[in-house]
Amino acid sequence: MSSVLEVANLRVGFSNGTLAVRGVSLKVERGETHCLVGESGFGKSVSALALMNLLARGATRSADVLRFQDFDLAKMSERHMAQLRGDKLAMIFQEPMTSLNPAYTIGSQMAEVLRRHRKVSRAQALERAAGLLSRVGITAPGMRLAQYPHQLSGGLRQRVMIAMALMCDPELLIADEPTTALDVTVQAQILRLLQTLQRELGLALLLITHDLGIVARMAQRVSVMYAGEVVESATAEALFANPTHPYTRGLLDCIPIPGKSRRDAPLGSIPGVVPRIRPGFTGCGFRDRCAHAMPECAQAVPRQSAGGDHDYLCRLPPGWSRAQAA
Amino acid sequence: MTTAIEVRGLRRLFRGRAGMFGAERVVRAVDGVSFSLPAGDVLGIVGESGCGKSTLGRLIMGLLPASEGDVLVDGRRLATMDRRERARLIQPVFQDPFSSLNPRHRVGEIVGLPLAAQGDVPSAQRRDRVMEMLARVGLAPEMAERLPAQLSGGQRQRVAIARALVLRPRMVLCDEPTSALDVSVQAQILNLLAELRHELGLTYLFISHNLAVVEHIATEVAVMYLGRFVEHAPVDALFHEPRHPYTRALLASVLTPDPGLGIPDVGLGESYPDPANIPTGCRFHPRCPIAVARCSSESPEGRTRDGRLVECLLDGAPAEMALSA
Repeated sequence: MSSVLEVANLRVGFSNGTLAVRGVSLKVERGETHCLVGESGFGKSVSALALMNLLARGATRSADVLRFQDFDLAKMSERHMAQLRGDKLAMIFQEPMTSLNPAYTIGSQMAEVLRRHRKVSRAQALERAAGLLSRVGITAPGMRLAQYPHQLSGGLRQRVMIAMALMCDPELLIADEPTTALDVTVQAQILRLLQTLQRELGLALLLITHDLGIVARMAQRVSVMYAGEVVESATAEALFANPTHPYTRGLLDCIPIPGKSRRDAPLGSIPGVVPRIRPGFTGCGFRDRCAHAMPECAQAVPRQSAGGDHDYLCRLPPGWSRAQAA
Repeated sequence: MTTAIEVRGLRRLFRGRAGMFGAERVVRAVDGVSFSLPAGDVLGIVGESGCGKSTLGRLIMGLLPASEGDVLVDGRRLATMDRRERARLIQPVFQDPFSSLNPRHRVGEIVGLPLAAQGDVPSAQRRDRVMEMLARVGLAPEMAERLPAQLSGGQRQRVAIARALVLRPRMVLCDEPTSALDVSVQAQILNLLAELRHELGLTYLFISHNLAVVEHIATEVAVMYLGRFVEHAPVDALFHEPRHPYTRALLASVLTPDPGLGIPDVGLGESYPDPANIPTGCRFHPRCPIAVARCSSESPEGRTRDGRLVECLLDGAPAEMALSA
């Protein structure tokens, strides 16, 4: 099976000298949800924007492989890229209000997406839009098509964004924190919808989130990012059963889990701050905050296998945490 | 055990028009909230956006006058106190440390301002108390000279906590204090709040949409829906035996990191609550998965069972009745 998206050694730098993404590699298969997880500022969104060629002016992008289906995105012209975006390669963002145009109706914005990429009449495009709105669980699609974004609740707007992303039957959907601005009950509804659509349409979904609960419930595969690097990559089961990079473990210890974490004891926390990564930085980006750091951590870090296709970027031997617990 | 705060029948209406000639809309943001909380406890207030939890917080702080009802701290009515007195009893910590700290003031001035505003603390003593408080919240002394823009999100929230505690208040109202923070920083702030509560004997009102965080820090939980507490119980009782269908839906939507469990169906449908248009009968009935006919006409307000507030007509009713829907 060839993957829908393949990225190898993606690097993004900004004009101020910061390296936002330092050699990210990942693959997304057809019908698979791949979660990119980490805290803010670690390059999750920048990686996605780099794939879409939507980086801010002055940012530089390089990669050994940047392939979507049979297209080489690294060599693709902006004109060709613009044809691909919103067509086979769709993206939804955190805040639907800022991604929808407040001056146009839902219907005209949805129809425009299809008519930009396909030769169809406005009536045909609106018909497809109505069909997709009911597909994403909107009960009165005809009424909603005539409405403006401000007339919809946040949950409905995000449903509209999802329907809009599906207008051209995308192969890959990139969703950047799609439920972060929503209430928990609405979040569950939207995630459930994404999961159903993904299964039924065979979509490849690259889901960016900071929420480990979402990762566990949605992902087949997970890449954990820290300071511009993928520090651990595994299937969701393997990652939660055997988190191996000290950052992944730290992150899991930080979150309160009803019924599991003890209330009379403090939560785990990760001391220190994220280093500023500039060109010439070597060694592990986590070493200043890591309880297991050794002098060698200032040198290049090996990527090791923790079994199967579970790998991590750290000097500690696989199974170190279990040995420690024993 | 003494009562730290008592809230009686608190209401707040907002009047507005939909456009210049539109019909008048009355938003009942807080619609009859009553509770009391023992000193040293933490009441977590949870609910979705627009349920009135932040308005409730502003009413309790006295930042907004109530349309009806009373707030008593230490048995005294907040409405009759002057600002200085109120500030010594209850202090806020808000969600966004980027907008709640004056960007032109140094950390030392920010933390010292409540002392200066009291007007009776000499400046030498102020300085000592500020430095003591900074150390208490885990900030190095040199931080006093920094501007908010030079701090990280977690450090700013520590400054906000230091400012809230410098007057040694009885109570702290925390309104989504960790929602703008990354999870590793959130853990640090939650640990700090828990530590300070034990050391200083503080009482917290903790407003949050994050149930996992509330479960961790609260001793009691109130679930708010369209301006009212629809369920209020000790934290373990609420999480182990949720009785209101809305509480059950909220708990179902907590995504614990358990791979393979999938995304639950919370069963709430598409409709969204509108505080300008509160349904008759039970205010939750249009979204309720177990509602029966009388839920649209009969009000469950104030219903308690076994000493626990559960505003649901079907709470404790025989199961076959609930199934006849």
